[in-house]
Amino acid sequence: MAGLGSVCLVLALVVCAYGIGASLYGVRTSRVEFSESGRRSVYALAMILTVAFVVLEVAFLRNDFAFNTVADTSSRTTPAFYRAAAVWSSQEGSLLLWAWLLSLWASLALFLTRRRMRDVAAYATAILLGFGGFFVSLMVFYANPFNTTSPAPPEGAGLDPLLRFPTMMIHPPMLYSGYTLCTIPLAFGMGALLARRVDAEWIKSIRRFAFAAWLFLGAGILLGARWSYSELGWGGYWGWDAVENASLMPWLTGTAFLHSLMIQEKRGMLKVWNVSLVLATGTLAIMGTFLVRSGILNSIHAFGGQTLGIPFVILIAVLIAGSIYLVVSRREMLRSEHRLDSLLSRESIFLANNLVLVGLCFVIFWGTYFPLISKALTGQEASVGPPWFDRYTVPLALILVLLSGIGPVIAWRRATLANARRNFVVPVLLALLTLVVLLGAGVQQKPWAIAMFCCGAFVFGSIGQEFFRGARARRAMAGEAAPLALVALVRRNRRRYGGYIVHIGIAVLFIGVAASSSFQHATELGLSPGQSARVGSYSVSYVRPTATITPKYDAAHTGSTLSLGAVLDVTKHGHHVATLNPSEGYYASQEPSQGTVGSLIGGQPVSHVSMDAGVTRDVWTAIEPDIETPALKRIVTIGNRTLPPEDAIVAIGYLARAYLQHPPVAQFHFIDSPLVMWIWLGGLIVFTGGLVAIWPAPSAVRRRVTMRSRARAAHGLARA
Amino acid sequence: MNPARKRTVRLVVALSTAVVLASALIYTSFSAASPALTPSQLVRQAQPGRSYQLTGTVVQGSVHREGAVLHFGVEDRVGGTAIPVDYTGTVPDPFREGREVIVTVAKQGGQFVGERDSLITKCPSKYTTAPPSEKQND
Repeated sequence: MAGLGSVCLVLALVVCAYGIGASLYGVRTSRVEFSESGRRSVYALAMILTVAFVVLEVAFLRNDFAFNTVADTSSRTTPAFYRAAAVWSSQEGSLLLWAWLLSLWASLALFLTRRRMRDVAAYATAILLGFGGFFVSLMVFYANPFNTTSPAPPEGAGLDPLLRFPTMMIHPPMLYSGYTLCTIPLAFGMGALLARRVDAEWIKSIRRFAFAAWLFLGAGILLGARWSYSELGWGGYWGWDAVENASLMPWLTGTAFLHSLMIQEKRGMLKVWNVSLVLATGTLAIMGTFLVRSGILNSIHAFGGQTLGIPFVILIAVLIAGSIYLVVSRREMLRSEHRLDSLLSRESIFLANNLVLVGLCFVIFWGTYFPLISKALTGQEASVGPPWFDRYTVPLALILVLLSGIGPVIAWRRATLANARRNFVVPVLLALLTLVVLLGAGVQQKPWAIAMFCCGAFVFGSIGQEFFRGARARRAMAGEAAPLALVALVRRNRRRYGGYIVHIGIAVLFIGVAASSSFQHATELGLSPGQSARVGSYSVSYVRPTATITPKYDAAHTGSTLSLGAVLDVTKHGHHVATLNPSEGYYASQEPSQGTVGSLIGGQPVSHVSMDAGVTRDVWTAIEPDIETPALKRIVTIGNRTLPPEDAIVAIGYLARAYLQHPPVAQFHFIDSPLVMWIWLGGLIVFTGGLVAIWPAPSAVRRRVTMRSRARAAHGLARA
Repeated sequence: MNPARKRTVRLVVALSTAVVLASALIYTSFSAASPALTPSQLVRQAQPGRSYQLTGTVVQGSVHREGAVLHFGVEDRVGGTAIPVDYTGTVPDPFREGREVIVTVAKQGGQFVGERDSLITKCPSKYTTAPPSEKQND
């Protein structure tokens, strides 16, 4: 099987090389059959990589430890669900996932454009196959997922327990889909510049892919935040970690592009800017991929100790140099057709939104790569922490949310006073009302959070008003009932109203971020059973310890041998709120030196967070039990000495009982955080809005069909 | 003012604003940054009140807890100078003796105090495969 996989990789490399040659030759000599053949090689690449991916997936599911990646990241004790996801937890497997997703998305993009822009598409084919070839050659020459060991080890090391979380199944594919989709606009943008066809058509044909990239990347980022919040024992969802930042940067420039592209469509402006954003987004996506794999920056998420740095640096340098050369050499063609008429117009608000987004991206870029920058400039590696990021990103985010309320309602070209009055009275009043209510409620100490709440109210006001007016107009015209009118309104103009829904979701999300970061209460302390602690307005008491021995599956179905936890009773003003059960899972290690008993629980311990999540607030708890007391250690030592591996679990049973009988002081981490749920809800709203906007409109489909039938009729007439 | 001149003025204003903002950003990044040091460098360079990113390995047998405070020693990767750190806040799951950690510390008196929640564990085994020397590829 491994042989089949390796053959697939080599074949994929050959197909990439052939496809690049064929499409370039085809477009240079105007021989369509060669560019066609180049496009088909992308389909072939997709098929070959699908076979390779299936081979690896089957190896994981069948516990084929002859595969090095399977032995390193999976085991018989890893539950099947996580074995399937373990494929992309290794460097090699994730490279394969990247290349595979790239080939699938590229096939889709080239299939959809097969009858249009043949020259642009041919260049794009070559560029996409270039990326494909790059990733396939990384696998062939540096990190082959099909390397095997003979004889196969009897058992694997198991999937890192931290990754045993349901989101793990979809977070990486989402993120990688986002990254790979970012390269499609880049390929078509470069193709358009190379073919000197920078009209609106290439923008139109990649719009949907840019949007899909944005949607997938956003969903991936949010799922990562969710994983961090509910799986890692620190209770945060964003830490300005290098890898998190790397995924946020292309998302920000992608967001900017989705807005400025509308100005190009409507007014023929900002062409240089748009094509630069597309190129920057694709390059940032590749840099994000690189950052995770090179180990150049400290990150908790990075794949450590690998040597993929140099090839990536070369690729990124080529991308940057190529982009700059193309944009500069084609600048005459990218002349704007119009000028900005007024600073108070939708164009300038969009421009401001673009500047803020790019500014945000620059801040994050500088902060993320600061260790490298400072090392280069001062010879001393230094890094900036979250406070530095917050200082710049908080005001910028505030402006961004405010603009997301202004942009949709301000007039194109030049806003008049009448237009302003018509559109802004309600939202401004709503924002002021929010301010008065908040100040009246005695919330004064957090000005940034209050400002964010007011901006959020402003957005709800302005977007809500748009929906209300649109629905009212439809009701007046068609006499539909209010809910029906609203649905019909959205259906008539999916892109516009989908965008509005996204804006509402963003406002909800940022309100959640502002509230949960500003008004959070956190406590860390040691408790014995019977003791309690206060966190915010809640009282949490440690009722009793819990212990579960699960040689195969623990309660969370993540495969830990032993799980020690606590039953916690959460009350507010004497009323019961929730019973929580945080625990810490102890996993088996592959270290024979830890002894027969010690190795059963000697792997990495992992917190299993328990929380009571609600719309208004989350009560979040985690426990760190003390498993190293002299009494518990003695059980392990005696067990190691006397028990053979097959009976070692008996000692774990003793250990669990001893822990329950004389529970030592356990360390707890409690967080009372308001409106965290709004972040996830906001994300869902954004996703829904995105889907509404991206879904092909029924009218457009119909139009295309009738056009085609008309063309067919004309063809028939001509023949007759 | 004619439109062309107006545009030039606008452009100049916008560009100057951008330059000022960018300089502020760059300036603060240098003043707010904490240098990344190994324990032996930290012993030589530490000034009270400044914060540093300490990178090193947790000393075997040095970890013990006193209430909310976690005490541990950090030594150079090759051993040698060890620095005792008093840390409060979240302890990442992979934190172990012998593991490589990064923690932001400041010198207070003779002690190094870890900044709350700044502890990061670099787990050498996470996501990575065993060194190629241990495997034979076929």
